[in-house]
Amino acid sequence: MNQQAISDLITKMADDELILGHRNSEWTGLGPIMEEDIAFSSMAQDQIGHALALYRILQEHLGGTDPDRFAFLRPASEFKCCHLVEMPIGTYDFSLMRHFLFDHAEAVRYESLLQSGFAPLQQLARKLKGELKYHTLHADAWILQLCRAGGESYNRMQAALDTCFPLACGIFEPGAAEQALMDAGIYPGEQALYERWLHNIYLVLVKASLNMPDPAAITPAYGGRSGQHTPHLQPLLEEMGAVLRLDPAASW
Amino acid sequence: MTNPSYDPRVNRLKLGHADDPVKIEEGENWNIYEVFHQEKRGAHHEHVGCVHAPDPQLALIFAKEQFGRRKKCVNLWVVRSADILAFDLEDEDMFAGNLEKTYRDASGFKVMEKINKVKGAARQTNGKA
Repeated sequence: MNQQAISDLITKMADDELILGHRNSEWTGLGPIMEEDIAFSSMAQDQIGHALALYRILQEHLGGTDPDRFAFLRPASEFKCCHLVEMPIGTYDFSLMRHFLFDHAEAVRYESLLQSGFAPLQQLARKLKGELKYHTLHADAWILQLCRAGGESYNRMQAALDTCFPLACGIFEPGAAEQALMDAGIYPGEQALYERWLHNIYLVLVKASLNMPDPAAITPAYGGRSGQHTPHLQPLLEEMGAVLRLDPAASW
Repeated sequence: MTNPSYDPRVNRLKLGHADDPVKIEEGENWNIYEVFHQEKRGAHHEHVGCVHAPDPQLALIFAKEQFGRRKKCVNLWVVRSADILAFDLEDEDMFAGNLEKTYRDASGFKVMEKINKVKGAARQTNGKA
């Protein structure tokens, strides 16, 4: 089995979840209403939890290092997250649309991992199934609610979709060693996940009367998987690791 | 004079002078939904609190994170508070005589004799041990 390829797959999944979980937690206390503030913060916590579970798989099964040090002390160039998750939270329409596109991508990825030949990933996928179901239910309900409200609300959601869509396509950037993972039955590969994701989001976008940008006419935001990032990642990593770097050897 | 509230919902009401009548358009304010929590299948749903939401679907979604993320939970109900019909507080006097009508308690039925007999037997057994 190609250990490096599995490690790369798990690292990019975990980095996406860690960075987006941290970004979404920036809304805590600032959400539009109390109930939504609590729900959005809770899902951000879920995502950081998913990242930790994946970093633990790296440590326990693939010779990885301590999850805290791996998450907080790595330089930006060694992060494999996509550009979508790095972007600042912006306005709530942007953050909701990113949540919708990302969590649907996550849902198809973990759904495929239910059949993974790599047992730790298969077990994790079973464990997260219910959580991901809630995340997409929450995202779908908001997209429909805000689009059906019409007027400025609808226009902002369409603009957010146009902004987020090419970034979200970057989630499915093809990986160099993907074929080995597909041959070993670890996962079905980025292209297959991308097609299932397009299908799932299309069903919701139609109900919301939103126009999905033509996938053939946009340029997906690739580069994150090979360590090329937007200028937004570095300051975020500095903030996330600030306390740990004060004394990396301290015991907590 | 405008209302100086920091709450965007208050500002959306576009309140005028303090003595102007307040007119609220349909859909301008969210509803309150009562939330009922079920701990295991077959158990009663118990009232646990309420959430603000624009519609029942989002009320259920909010309720899940407010009331269903700690403790055991298998299901939730939400009901629009305005759909619940209740007696007025001053109608409490309708129930005032209940405590005097002891003849309505089940204590007068013959089965009580049997129950007391079993209780007495149990007490005797415990006494001997």
